[in-house]
Amino acid sequence: MKHVSEYRDPDLAAKLLEKIRERAAGIREHVSIMEVCGTHTHAIGNFGIRQALPENVELVSGPGCPVCVTSIPDVDTALYLAQKEDVVFASFGDMLKVPGSRGNSLENLRAGGADVRIVSSPLDCIQLAKDNPDREVVFMGIGFETTAPTVAATVQSAARQEVKNFSVYPVHKLMPPVLNVLLQDPELEIDALLCPGHVSVVTGSSAYSEVVESGRAAVIGGFEPLDVLESVYMILGQIETQNQMLEIQYKRGVKEQGNLQAKNIMEQVFMPCSADWRGMGNIPDSGLSFKSEYRDFDALSKFSVPEMSSEEPRGCLCGEILKGKAKPPDCPLYKVKCTPASPFGPCMVSGEGTCSAYYKYY
Amino acid sequence: MCVGFPGKVVSFREDGSVVTDVGGVQRVAYLDLLDEEVRVGDYVISHAGFAISKLDEEEANKRLELLGELMDANDETR
Repeated sequence: MKHVSEYRDPDLAAKLLEKIRERAAGIREHVSIMEVCGTHTHAIGNFGIRQALPENVELVSGPGCPVCVTSIPDVDTALYLAQKEDVVFASFGDMLKVPGSRGNSLENLRAGGADVRIVSSPLDCIQLAKDNPDREVVFMGIGFETTAPTVAATVQSAARQEVKNFSVYPVHKLMPPVLNVLLQDPELEIDALLCPGHVSVVTGSSAYSEVVESGRAAVIGGFEPLDVLESVYMILGQIETQNQMLEIQYKRGVKEQGNLQAKNIMEQVFMPCSADWRGMGNIPDSGLSFKSEYRDFDALSKFSVPEMSSEEPRGCLCGEILKGKAKPPDCPLYKVKCTPASPFGPCMVSGEGTCSAYYKYY
Repeated sequence: MCVGFPGKVVSFREDGSVVTDVGGVQRVAYLDLLDEEVRVGDYVISHAGFAISKLDEEEANKRLELLGELMDANDETR
């Protein structure tokens, strides 16, 4: 497969690893690199990259899985909406098993008769709405800057086609604000950031200006093994020469200025709002809400959601794991009560979650 | 979740979207989010039913060449 297989060449990977070892030996100190994209977490586990790196180079997973960072109250709201009569609730598949406060999940609700559908594109909801004219199709809008424009474009398409029975429950999250909160945390010792390739396709490199200001090395990397290894090699180069900056390794996909069209469409439909992150609390301007012109597509305007009391599952360390402060084996539930077949916390639910990656690959 | 696949554009559909070939699997991608012109034969990265980036083949080749050179230099210094 072109643009994939060339980045999986084992000989090149072995040579790159050798180069990485040379650089790491020259640096000597411990270097900790945080990745903030679930697809990176998955790739690093799948290709055994963490174990292949020299001892003083550590990869730490951050809040890069949109399912995992969705707060429990937001999950509870989704469960409430999915149980409404005359609602067809649509979501990406990753969200289905995430338990809310009372142990329920979208999957459980579906087994109990609720109409919950898995879609692979938000656009599928327009057809669903046309096929179910007497019911409201509610889509759970999760995801970062990569996904939010696809939801915004879908909303615009629904507006053009005058589809009235479609709305979005928006729980999108933005990457730069949470990175800034993380990097200011004095307890978190991170030397470098492996920046998310597909978020950066949309945002461009300006999203990471504060990362560079904080003195960290930063590389926007692709997702194949050679991409990740080359990104690590570039990061070590910056640290070695004490020339911390932002570099783009994933140049075949990412432009310096990002994707202006995608940003525009996102900004036409949504505006920044404060958002609750699992494990990190409320962060200003880190979420997206509907602009007034598109309020008709806001599920939160169409339905009144009552106040609900929400609770984190007891003993679950997902919050600390998302901040890179704890590792899955530190959690008392890990592999004991919390497994992919019956997950307690979201980091075990999503295939991109840190706990699920550890369970599968270590 | 931010997973995106490089697919080769094989044809245009009536509504302006394209059919892409992703490792032998045909997938439809809408072009609403692209500000670049796309032709049959181009590669695009698709996410959730939309093309989000046209792959820069020149950059891809340059990068791979550089990587190859770096590794060759590695061999020679041994």
